Amino acid sequence: MSNRTLKVLKILSHLACAAPLVWLLWLAIENHLGPDPTHTVTFFTGKGTLRLLVLSLAVTPVRRLSPRLSWLIRFRRMLGLWAFAYGCLHLLTYIALYAGFSVDAMLDDLSRRRFIFAGMASWALMVPLALTSTAWSIRKLGGKAWNRLHRLAYLSAIAGVVHYWWGVKQGVHSPFAITLTLAVLLIVRPLWGFFHAMGKAQSPSDAMKRTL
Amino acid sequence: TKLSTVSSPLSGRGLTETAYNDITHYNNFYEFGTDKGDPSRNAWRLKTRPWTVSVEGLVKTKKTFDIDSLMKLRPLEDRIYRFRCVEAWSMVIPWVGYSLSEFIQQCDPLPSAKYVQFLSLADPKQMPGLGESSIQWPYSEGLRMDEAMHPLTLFTFGLYGETLPNQDGAPVRIVVPWKYGFKSAKSIVKVRFLDKQPRTTWNDLAPDEYGFYSNVNPNVDHPRWSQKTERVIGASLFHQRQSTLMFNGYEDQVAGLYKGMDLRRNY
Repeated sequence: MSNRTLKVLKILSHLACAAPLVWLLWLAIENHLGPDPTHTVTFFTGKGTLRLLVLSLAVTPVRRLSPRLSWLIRFRRMLGLWAFAYGCLHLLTYIALYAGFSVDAMLDDLSRRRFIFAGMASWALMVPLALTSTAWSIRKLGGKAWNRLHRLAYLSAIAGVVHYWWGVKQGVHSPFAITLTLAVLLIVRPLWGFFHAMGKAQSPSDAMKRTL
Repeated sequence: TKLSTVSSPLSGRGLTETAYNDITHYNNFYEFGTDKGDPSRNAWRLKTRPWTVSVEGLVKTKKTFDIDSLMKLRPLEDRIYRFRCVEAWSMVIPWVGYSLSEFIQQCDPLPSAKYVQFLSLADPKQMPGLGESSIQWPYSEGLRMDEAMHPLTLFTFGLYGETLPNQDGAPVRIVVPWKYGFKSAKSIVKVRFLDKQPRTTWNDLAPDEYGFYSNVNPNVDHPRWSQKTERVIGASLFHQRQSTLMFNGYEDQVAGLYKGMDLRRNY
């Protein structure tokens, strides 16, 4: 993949991530957010966060499918940061439209409502990742430590999915699709490691070919 | 279909009615799907004629009422009521119906009857949402006899002067304006009089969240949602919040029903 194509793809991806927010803003200005605008904005930003987070987690496993997909890694940070942006908007929706900027109300919610706690945890886990998303941070921390730190993305996604399940009423299965996707991504990683190790032990030449 | 109605002193005054389109497109009616828009998309499959309501349990004789005869039993009244969902949103709905007590009198319940149970239709051919959630159908709700006999409790056939749209519980439903919306059973096919508290759908699903009484009460917190405030349906994004009133604003009329009861325990 040429640098030029990558650049174009990156711009398109940024646009794809920003477009829903522009759409949401337009709906808000035009008063087209439906009968329950608070609810609309809450689910729009919340689902957006989870989808982007899971998408960013899918980059590594998908990339491993073929060496020709290695360029995908150049999109991971972007997806992660967009997930964080959606997460911040989701949190802001809660702070402004549910808690009414009252710290007491938020502390009360945090101590009493587990789904709020899980949501806050999911957001908080993204903060160190967003802060260390620069090339400078990777150099400063060293690749290994940085990688380890950024595994928090998995925890954040798990907390996010738990937040979703705890937030909806019993009997509602809308979080199922995203949960399944995340579960596959979580299973694929150790599975790949396992088969990779097996392959290496059995026939080093095959494993070589695969990595090449 | 347009209904001929009379006015009622029990109708609320000075309330801003929620738009017809919102009342009919923002519904919780899980028999047609769990999304708020599902009922308006799917409820066309519901056949509301012929329709009967059967009465059984502790009554002198079992009876079956035809929907058209029920609608002629008493003059239909316009009743503008606040409607408060346990999910912390609210509407103001101009219902059409008459007090449930008028119907109950026709049922001749025995003195031993202490509770009334309402069972909704559960037909997979007409209701595509039945398999979507892990709920035990049919939907069951219930009231204590004195709650059911309260004049505010409405046997409901219409809204905005017309017959109920299917997604709002056609052809006949209950409306109990001082309780969270799920207490108001829709598309009723069976009414049972009992001496014991009946099982109710949401209480079965999550007893710590949904009590049998489920009176609107800003002081008793729900584990999922704060009940102190509510989002007004149809209001704009930054003007949706308003304070929730005790018994949804019907405290003067209904507080007496619960005298001496601990409302925190009997939530």
